[in-house]
Amino acid sequence: MDWGAVLSGIPTLVVVIVAVPAVLVAYIVGTEYLVRLLPDAFRPRVRPWIWVGPALVFVFGFLILPAILTAKSSLEDSTGNFVGLLNYQRQLGDFPTGGAWIAIRNNVYWLVLYTLVALGFGLLLAVLFDRVRYETFVKSLIFMPMAISAVALGVIWKFMYWYQPPGVTQTGTVNAFLGLFHVQPQIWVQDPKVDNFAIIAAAVWGITGFAMVILSAALKGIPADLLEAARVDGAGELTIFRRVIFPLMMPTVVVVGTTLVIFALKAFDVVYVMTGGNFETDVLANRMYKLLFFSGNQGGAAAVAMILLAAVVPVLIFNLRQFRAVEARR
Amino acid sequence: MSVAAAADRPGTAATAARFSPQWIVGQLSGVVLHIAVIGLTLAWMVPTIGILFTSFRPFTAINSSGWWMALSPPFQFTLDNYSKVLSSSNLGRSFFNSFMISIPATIIPIAIAAFAAYAFAWMKFPLRDWIFLAIVGVLAIPLQLSFVPVLSFFVAHGITPSALPPGLQYLPVWLAHTGYGLPFSIYLLANFFRALPSELFESAEIDGAGTLTVFFRIVLPLSVPALASLVIFQFLWIWNDLLVALIYVGGEPEVAPLTVTLANLTNSYGQGYHLLTAAAFFSMFVPLIVFLSLQRYFVRGILAGSVKG
Repeated sequence: MDWGAVLSGIPTLVVVIVAVPAVLVAYIVGTEYLVRLLPDAFRPRVRPWIWVGPALVFVFGFLILPAILTAKSSLEDSTGNFVGLLNYQRQLGDFPTGGAWIAIRNNVYWLVLYTLVALGFGLLLAVLFDRVRYETFVKSLIFMPMAISAVALGVIWKFMYWYQPPGVTQTGTVNAFLGLFHVQPQIWVQDPKVDNFAIIAAAVWGITGFAMVILSAALKGIPADLLEAARVDGAGELTIFRRVIFPLMMPTVVVVGTTLVIFALKAFDVVYVMTGGNFETDVLANRMYKLLFFSGNQGGAAAVAMILLAAVVPVLIFNLRQFRAVEARR
Repeated sequence: MSVAAAADRPGTAATAARFSPQWIVGQLSGVVLHIAVIGLTLAWMVPTIGILFTSFRPFTAINSSGWWMALSPPFQFTLDNYSKVLSSSNLGRSFFNSFMISIPATIIPIAIAAFAAYAFAWMKFPLRDWIFLAIVGVLAIPLQLSFVPVLSFFVAHGITPSALPPGLQYLPVWLAHTGYGLPFSIYLLANFFRALPSELFESAEIDGAGTLTVFFRIVLPLSVPALASLVIFQFLWIWNDLLVALIYVGGEPEVAPLTVTLANLTNSYGQGYHLLTAAAFFSMFVPLIVFLSLQRYFVRGILAGSVKG
């Protein structure tokens, strides 16, 4: 390993760590002094734009404007000629297995399974852990996969799913475990019958901690005397969960659910690392990446990105409504 | 195991006749609960423990038996995988690159977001609420929509790793992460700033404190909890990011962060899988330390980001 290169880079790192905040502070202090030179009446009109200005430039330049340009280039071929809906037709025309359809089907798998299983496990763990004294400890163990990258997660699970032919010692945890019950080893990440589910299971392992932590906080927010009153009235634990706890947690379940839906639609890293989108495991984000960098098909990539946007729009509208409802209550 | 424990309990309870049936049922379900909690937690840790053990096992052992065999004699552990993968690949360089990318890409968006959030929370300007609403909407937009236009802008203006001087080579990723990280940071901080008591601002104004003084002396110090969780969140987000790095510096091993290098190793090491486990654990090292030491802030950030939404 070239530790020499690393050591020689450290001065650069230090310079960057000092210079970056210095530039940012200099910007705001410097412009504020300029504002003070203005006549009194102008200051309150100019000042807000100086404070929000950089953020607006970045959000507009890196998200809003590019989104508009992508919408435009989804209607063009790679040389910029207008081709109408040809790119969309190429992606969507060949139902059910051509174009982007495999990726769309897999994104639907992700959307349903990843979201529901992570929510279900998260809720189960939150409710179970709420009843033991070592809750904090077990919660942080479940939550730990959140801290590692999806790339590392993919490596970990490739290794969990490791396959040896029948008869040879299975070194992959999953196949060895199934072997205890005399189940034949499966080629988990290359067999189109199971590979999508195997990859989604790996991703669920990583995200359940996220759902659990938020749901657990909502669970703690339920007043204890409400549960006490239900118990005094003779309600069983299951009834209490169904009739009291679950309805009260519903708003949080919905918020966590919408976040998971967005994660599911954007799924990329795990697929990229575990199969590269081969063996019928492609998803839209990976397809877009491949079209862009391996096929050089900008129009196609833009069309796939627009399909992704179309899938996100309902969530986006829901978020905005939710936000306005919260604002109205302020 | 649960059956054995369940069978054991009634026997002890029967000898102590003074215990009521309800008490027995309570004890029983308590035992089942603990078994379920500990069992699920252990099952959840199996993948991580598996890769940790494998990364310290010799090549021949990895190939001939599962990692759990490392728990029985002969105890064969070695650092070979680590030394091999660190000497033969670009991991050292990438480790440095991950810092070079993550630190500025954490500082820049959070500083700019703090300026903007302050204006959104405590200044009046035309269209303020509509602009804020737009930022909430942008939160859900897939980054994929921005890649092609931003990348071609960077290429056209010489903002690429190969065209920039050393040290600034990371600029495209810094800028991209700033743009992508801003909506969430602004949203979180503006909510936090708005919740600060307005008397603070009024009395500061009466005392003649300027905007800068209020921001640096009052708003920022009071927002340390929110800022801390945002910093941890953004840092881990960028450290673990693969997609943005692939797009903007993917083809440059000199600038690539750990995630990109690890992903490349995954594709090229078909048979050298034992080395990959060491590389994966090496890449988890920093986020795990950050997470374990600052977990409280991390969780708080997640809660602030989603429960309020």
